[in-house]
Amino acid sequence: MSPVLTLGVVGAAATLAVLFEMLRRQRLREKYALIWVVVAVATVLLVVFPGLLSTAADVLGVQVPANLLFFAASMLLLLLSIQFSYEIGRLEDRTRTLAEEIALLTLRLDQQEAGDDARGADEATEGGDVGDGATRRGPQP
Amino acid sequence: MPGRPDPNILVVIPAWNEAGAIAGTIAEVRAHQPDLDILVVDDGSGDATAEVARAAGAEVARLPYNLGVGGAMRTGYRYAMREDYDVVVQIDADGQHDPSYLPQLLAGLDDSDVVIGARFAGEGDYAARGPRRWAMRMLAAVLSRLSGTRLTDVTSGFRVANRKAVRVFADHYPAEYLGDTVESLVIALRVGCTVSQQPVHMRPRTIGTASQSPLRAATYLVRAVVALALALVRRWPAATETLGQEK
Repeated sequence: MSPVLTLGVVGAAATLAVLFEMLRRQRLREKYALIWVVVAVATVLLVVFPGLLSTAADVLGVQVPANLLFFAASMLLLLLSIQFSYEIGRLEDRTRTLAEEIALLTLRLDQQEAGDDARGADEATEGGDVGDGATRRGPQP
Repeated sequence: MPGRPDPNILVVIPAWNEAGAIAGTIAEVRAHQPDLDILVVDDGSGDATAEVARAAGAEVARLPYNLGVGGAMRTGYRYAMREDYDVVVQIDADGQHDPSYLPQLLAGLDDSDVVIGARFAGEGDYAARGPRRWAMRMLAAVLSRLSGTRLTDVTSGFRVANRKAVRVFADHYPAEYLGDTVESLVIALRVGCTVSQQPVHMRPRTIGTASQSPLRAATYLVRAVVALALALVRRWPAATETLGQEK
């Protein structure tokens, strides 16, 4: 095995192993793993069949095949970064909505408890209500 | 508004670390308009803003973390929609908006859906300089053209909105830079709401100071241009997942 071959195969195998372990521990969702699996498999293919890269470089008119590899790799990383920015934005929108809803729900709860307390005070003391009220009146966030 | 039953009005005060000013602001609104409901949206404050506001007699919605004025205001508009208010008044917590102008602003709702309490409209003596002034001029000019009326102070956080506008803002009140002022107005105009202004005098902030360094002002200009341009070209209504949730 040539050193290049070893390096490529080891790198791809390590990537696949990490992906598999993360998927197994449910730390990674399939939709995000897929692209890295594709990258790892493509790396193995290029290492085992170096002719693929030279042929592709010839067809595209790239003089140094390695440059084609670098170009493709950086484009892939760029697109993935954009994809992640998009996902982060979507998550921010969702957490924002959740935060707003939590504020409104807490307010509604406060209002209901205030209403309950007022009614409780009107009806003097009714033993059965006390335990209920105490469990619902949790600490403020 | 003569000839009609009194509208149900909610005053929304977005507040972030305003424990020092919020009680005074609430008391002042009450002094001028005793029968309005007041909702303080505590925007993730680290101080006692919520407790102080509650003690001053306002309803308080606490956001679990800081979302910015846009998030606080959308919370307020959602609350107003669910509780079936006719009109929402937006007023700053820091006391720079004088509630004695409220009757004029509310009267403005007779012929538009959003009324802005605006500086530079003959009342008061506020003057900005340099890049900040150019930014404000530029924003005002574009939005005036868009709305078909003269708007002089589109970044004002002192405004009133009727049911039609509240419905729009409950779904779409951007949390991004200038989104709570400029972009929200663009959105309102683009869905067919009408916007007008009433002249007001704004007081210097009771606590804290506005950023006025030249570098900040220049940054403000650039960001204002970007924010406005985006607001104008943005596909609307945006494909948000929260859209259509309030029916």
